[in-house]
Amino acid sequence: MAQKKKLLQGNEACVEGALYAGCKFYAGYPITPSTEIAEGLSVRLPKVGGKFIQMEDEIASIAAAIGGSVAGLKSLTATSGPGFSLKQECLGYACIAEIPLVIVNVMRGGPSTGYPTGPSQADIMQAKWGTHGDHPVIAVTPSYVQEILSETVRAFNLAEKFRTPVIVLYDEIIGHMREPITIPVPGELEVIDREKVTCEADEYFPYDERYEIAPLAPFGSGYRFHVTGLNHKKDGFPTNDSKQIDANNRRIMRKIENHKEEIWKNEETFLDDAEVVVFTLGSTARSARFAVNKAREEGIKAGLLRPLTIWPFPDKAITELSKRVKAIIVPEMNLGQMTLEVERCSKKADVVGIHRVDGEPITPAQILDAIKKHK
Amino acid sequence: MSERYEIRFSGSGGQGMILAGIIMAEAASIYGTKNAAQSQSYGPESRGGASKAEVIISDQPIDYPKATSISCMLAMTQEACDKYHGDIKDGGILLVDAEEVKKIPDGKFRVFSFPIIGTARDELGKTIAANIVSLGMITELTGIVTHEAIEKAVLARVPAAFLDLNKKALQLGFEKAKGLKNK
Amino acid sequence: MSTAAPEKKEKVVQPFDYDKYLRPNKLPHIWCPGCGHGIVLKALLRAIDKTGLPKDNIVMVSGIGCSSRTPGYVDFNTMHTLHGRAMAFATGIKFARPDLKVIVVTGDGDALAIGGNHFIHACRRNIDMTVLVYTNATYGMTGGQYSPTSPIGSTATTSRYGNIEPPFDTCEMAKASGASFVARGTAYHTIELERTIYDALMHKGMSVVDIIDACPTYFGRMNKYKSATQMMEILEKDNTVNIKQADKLPPEKLQGKMLRGVLHKVDRPEYCDQYEEHVIKKATSKE
Repeated sequence: MAQKKKLLQGNEACVEGALYAGCKFYAGYPITPSTEIAEGLSVRLPKVGGKFIQMEDEIASIAAAIGGSVAGLKSLTATSGPGFSLKQECLGYACIAEIPLVIVNVMRGGPSTGYPTGPSQADIMQAKWGTHGDHPVIAVTPSYVQEILSETVRAFNLAEKFRTPVIVLYDEIIGHMREPITIPVPGELEVIDREKVTCEADEYFPYDERYEIAPLAPFGSGYRFHVTGLNHKKDGFPTNDSKQIDANNRRIMRKIENHKEEIWKNEETFLDDAEVVVFTLGSTARSARFAVNKAREEGIKAGLLRPLTIWPFPDKAITELSKRVKAIIVPEMNLGQMTLEVERCSKKADVVGIHRVDGEPITPAQILDAIKKHK
Repeated sequence: MSERYEIRFSGSGGQGMILAGIIMAEAASIYGTKNAAQSQSYGPESRGGASKAEVIISDQPIDYPKATSISCMLAMTQEACDKYHGDIKDGGILLVDAEEVKKIPDGKFRVFSFPIIGTARDELGKTIAANIVSLGMITELTGIVTHEAIEKAVLARVPAAFLDLNKKALQLGFEKAKGLKNK
Repeated sequence: MSTAAPEKKEKVVQPFDYDKYLRPNKLPHIWCPGCGHGIVLKALLRAIDKTGLPKDNIVMVSGIGCSSRTPGYVDFNTMHTLHGRAMAFATGIKFARPDLKVIVVTGDGDALAIGGNHFIHACRRNIDMTVLVYTNATYGMTGGQYSPTSPIGSTATTSRYGNIEPPFDTCEMAKASGASFVARGTAYHTIELERTIYDALMHKGMSVVDIIDACPTYFGRMNKYKSATQMMEILEKDNTVNIKQADKLPPEKLQGKMLRGVLHKVDRPEYCDQYEEHVIKKATSKE
């Protein structure tokens, strides 16, 4: 069935993605440039019996969203860099308590209040290391308006499947730009719902180590259990036992580590014979694709590796690539956050960063220059 | 058309430049058969300040969403004209509001100066419709989208109570631009 | 388990079965000898029992602190969250599942300092939950620092020269913020507290119960109280007056005393109801 095209803004596509995934709970606080997500869901969620609430601050927003998820609803909160900073303590809570949740961060210029209406990609490391302690992180990184929709759906799927918060990370440019997209029909995209608990109530353990990821029973479903941000045992109750603390801390990392292959998602363009490869994400990947196409027109063997999952970091793909290309160019709207990671993974290839923090996008010309210099 | 056709709408916040960009993008991609990407940049002001909206139109998928080599630019204020005209390509078009933009920048582009806001005020009684008049003019001057497509796009985006006004505004734009072209 | 005091003298005393609501294998609790948190917990469990609500439908949410350990000991759907954030988490749970009874247990530092913003906004929304603020004027879990309810001049590990910050009146703040049920009790007046908590649980809307519950280990030791019982007598018994008796007392007898009992009770639209009746209704009728 051919669907009609619609011209939608990136943030509007995020709303469509959330609804498609079955999101029924949104809590948020206004912040540029993500506010359109809250505005859209405030209209749309009640139409499907969902809950929308504007909380008193960013912290309360993610806390309420975690509450909504514990009560059994697929939950979302959206923000931008400064709000994402405030959400970090609750993000850590969702990691250790293993509560599925999707957090959208539409990146703007920083640090601090920075440049609210200007784009940036400077929260890549905040997404990974913003909350304290070792913890698993999944972050997806769309580049196109259509992709914001599909990656939001994937984020909900990963959150439910791996019982962990998942971050949708994109910059102001694609958050605010409009492109014609089609809304997928039901069944067109995979939607993963939370696994149902079927065991007897007295046999239920929310962190049962017999499972790699134990199913999460919603509050009020007859399984009375305890949730805490403290290190805990399989029954959810706090423990001071060093063996159990160690086991649980390693388990929550392992549940993502062991499934990297299915969480990773890379788009490869002209990599077969490429000698110079651009590695970048979000709107910068659009500049890169433009530049790579131009380079090919000029006979330069350029390629593009575009991660749609930035955390866990696609180290395997970069390591393999680095053995057979001369240089990996890493343009990013920050002062070198991914570049360091690529350097860590690169075995032989030169790693060249292109960095911009002036609130302007990295242009195709800048990338093309670097490609020519390192071909 | 494998080339990118880039249009920039610039003015001050509240003049409807972003809406004009959205309508142009819809005319091209929803009511036409091309691809379009629309983006904008703006300051903290909802009203005032320099604001711009850009539309890239192409037969190919559009990667870089910002304008770099502008085929047609509209400037509704002197500030916007001064700030944003630099990316107009040789042989491109600069359409300015004649009352607002007195100082025409130098460049190898064709300049059309016309009292867009004044026409909306005098002939429609609504300065707010100036952005729709300008859409009609740009459509006529560039031929990048059809009259039918831009009309459908305008009517789909404006409030029901103002359909007639906007239809008229668009027609007025077509006519005035035709006059300018033939000069 | 000890027995509850009988409500009527002539009735045969039946020992209250606390085990029905406790998680016995999670005991002993962490609270110090002389701490009133256990007394409050027992009053709470008796009040919950009186409501007849099934355990599966009760959610207890807490923040961080001594009192916030309560959910670990009780057999409900329980969530021990982050410092100050209990009411924000609880708002999410209640909003997602309005059919559940949500109870928040929190301390004065948790609710009024780090969680002050969430507290006033939960009151403003008048969302249907019962918030029990255990007021002991100290941060017990971190070793006795002054809190937003510590009296001026009191000593704490961070106010060695005497506290210079005026305390909040929790009940006035709840009332001013929009809570539709505001009450105060103490660990000393345990039967009265049970009744007050019961009334709070039965109230539709935001109900706040400020519970004066002295900390002998830190506040008591640093402020020269001789014993836990002496502290209870001074701070909870002598320093408070039930609102029903207050009318009969001359003003000089009320000087410096806190009122106990239900201090404020009004009917006000409840948040989840409003969402159903206005937002959902309007959103779905337009189609």
